[in-house]
Amino acid sequence: MKSIWRVLRKELRETLRDRRSLFTTLIIGPLLMPALIGTVIFMAIRHSGAASTGPITLTVAHAERAPRLLDFLRQYQVRVRPVNADRARARRLVERQQGPLLYVPREFGTRLAAGKPAPLRLYADESDRSVQGKVERLSTLIGLYGGTIARLRLVARGLDPQLLVPIALHPIDTSTPQSRAALTLGMLSYAIVFTMLMSGLYIAIDTTAGERERGSLEPLLTVPVEREHLVYGKMLAACVMMFVSLVLTVAAFAVTLRHIGLARLGMSANFGPGVAAGIVLGCLPLIPAGAALMTLVASYTRSYREAQTYVGLVLLVPTLPLIFASILGLQPRAALMAVPSLSQHFIIMSLLRGEPLPSGYVVISAGVSLALGAVLVYLAGRLYRRERLLG
Amino acid sequence: MIEARALIKRFGTLTAVDGVSLRAADGCVTGLLGPNGAGKSTTLRILYTVLTPDGGEAWIDGASVLAQPLEARRRMGVLPHGAGVYPNLTARENIEYFGALHGLPRTARRARAAELIARLEMEPFADRPAKGFSQGERVKTALARALVHQPRNVLLDEPTNGLDVMAVRTLRRLLGELRDEGHCILFSSHVMQEVAALCDDVIVIAGGRVVVQAGPDELKARAGTASLEEAFVRLIDPDGAGGGP
Repeated sequence: MKSIWRVLRKELRETLRDRRSLFTTLIIGPLLMPALIGTVIFMAIRHSGAASTGPITLTVAHAERAPRLLDFLRQYQVRVRPVNADRARARRLVERQQGPLLYVPREFGTRLAAGKPAPLRLYADESDRSVQGKVERLSTLIGLYGGTIARLRLVARGLDPQLLVPIALHPIDTSTPQSRAALTLGMLSYAIVFTMLMSGLYIAIDTTAGERERGSLEPLLTVPVEREHLVYGKMLAACVMMFVSLVLTVAAFAVTLRHIGLARLGMSANFGPGVAAGIVLGCLPLIPAGAALMTLVASYTRSYREAQTYVGLVLLVPTLPLIFASILGLQPRAALMAVPSLSQHFIIMSLLRGEPLPSGYVVISAGVSLALGAVLVYLAGRLYRRERLLG
Repeated sequence: MIEARALIKRFGTLTAVDGVSLRAADGCVTGLLGPNGAGKSTTLRILYTVLTPDGGEAWIDGASVLAQPLEARRRMGVLPHGAGVYPNLTARENIEYFGALHGLPRTARRARAAELIARLEMEPFADRPAKGFSQGERVKTALARALVHQPRNVLLDEPTNGLDVMAVRTLRRLLGELRDEGHCILFSSHVMQEVAALCDDVIVIAGGRVVVQAGPDELKARAGTASLEEAFVRLIDPDGAGGGP
């Protein structure tokens, strides 16, 4: 036991001195990722919010041909900006500027007066998501205006306007802010799990490929310590780094997301210390499995560089279930809680939404993750007994 | 004392060590001499428990390297080929870390590291990170690390590789001192002068087999030459197929 502790201390001391790996482990991952994701979420909220409620600026060519329509639109927070343009120029204008452009053709007034469909052209670049929302709103508003005219025409002819509404369809949107935010939240739990694993990467690789490459493995194997204990000490050091990074990441997320409209994303309004601690505890059982998996993979490689490549690929494995979960819209089930990393994803989501999972689910998640960890740790320990380790 | 009996080690179809038996006595510097690829390193690696032999047995002060590897390791200090040290630790920390792994209490390993640093003239770089060490500084660090637990037996694999004249002299002096203190020293080399300058006993290995084990003078006498180099060449290549004067 003492030797495990001694190896652990030495590994941590070395890691703390290696500025570059420390920078990646404790700064890039835990602080940059949350800042980045926070920014993305913030932009997404602002964008969608602006399109559905905020004022819209509508450029209009030949505004003089449809004064009443534009008055109507102005009542619904549409800012009309008249420009002088023919059709060709209107198209060019849309390509250059953001936002939709309404072109009123010459025959608009006469056709409207004659009771015939009056043409309008709405130019917009719908590849821009914010423009999409605006176009939808404008279409609805113009449709509303047209409906009013239609009703007036019927009334003028002595007909009941309801004749035009044979069916009354009421679409009822059952989506909650929670379900709409599923993808965004998935990104968040992905970031937490990924940065956590990343932080153990350096030590895990160093345990085998690194020691071998710099020629310190052979001397290390000549000390009177059980070889398993050397690996356990190193993996424990990797676990410590992963834990520190996990705490930092979650704390950084808590701080970042506090400044963003959390309720809009369907997260429990309070991403406070309690939720943060819950996330850390939920992810904790995955740490040994991650450290041992990376150590195992690194041991089969011939050099540090090769190890980095392969372990980098292996880091994607725990993130696969998260991708499936968001594509298939998986919901927590007892069987799924037995999938490491996916179960951590469910735990994080439920905590953020403020909808606690059954405690049995959490026990399954922790139990399976720890059991997998134990198996992998044992295998990694055995590995150090193999001669081929020397390369 | 280091003893080996009929060691065999195969890598695939290649038999690197083919029935090596040897004996290195206490108070004696024993040289393992042979051309490249003769099986010197493999023999040493079996002795310091990193490789498991396919046949045969070896003992370090009576502790079997197969049955009691931890006991055997406790009784020897090893300077493997290459001598890798931890780049982010200082020389002193590298030495103390191995002291800790050998179970020395904190005060003991501090004192021992300081003693070795003085003895190997490492003061100028003892507290610098090993990252920028020269080959000589690295070997000295690795050597001090191997000696931190005051092992009775010392195994060195090509210790003078890449060292300058001054470093080689320090090493020779140290090995001489250790011998005089009664340690058993076994080192491998393919450099004749090295062996001639240091060894009380020479084991010549070629093609994975021991050709002869004898003192330098006896070696010369057996080969019927005045120079050790000539003796060596005749011993490993008795038909003279490799050419020569």
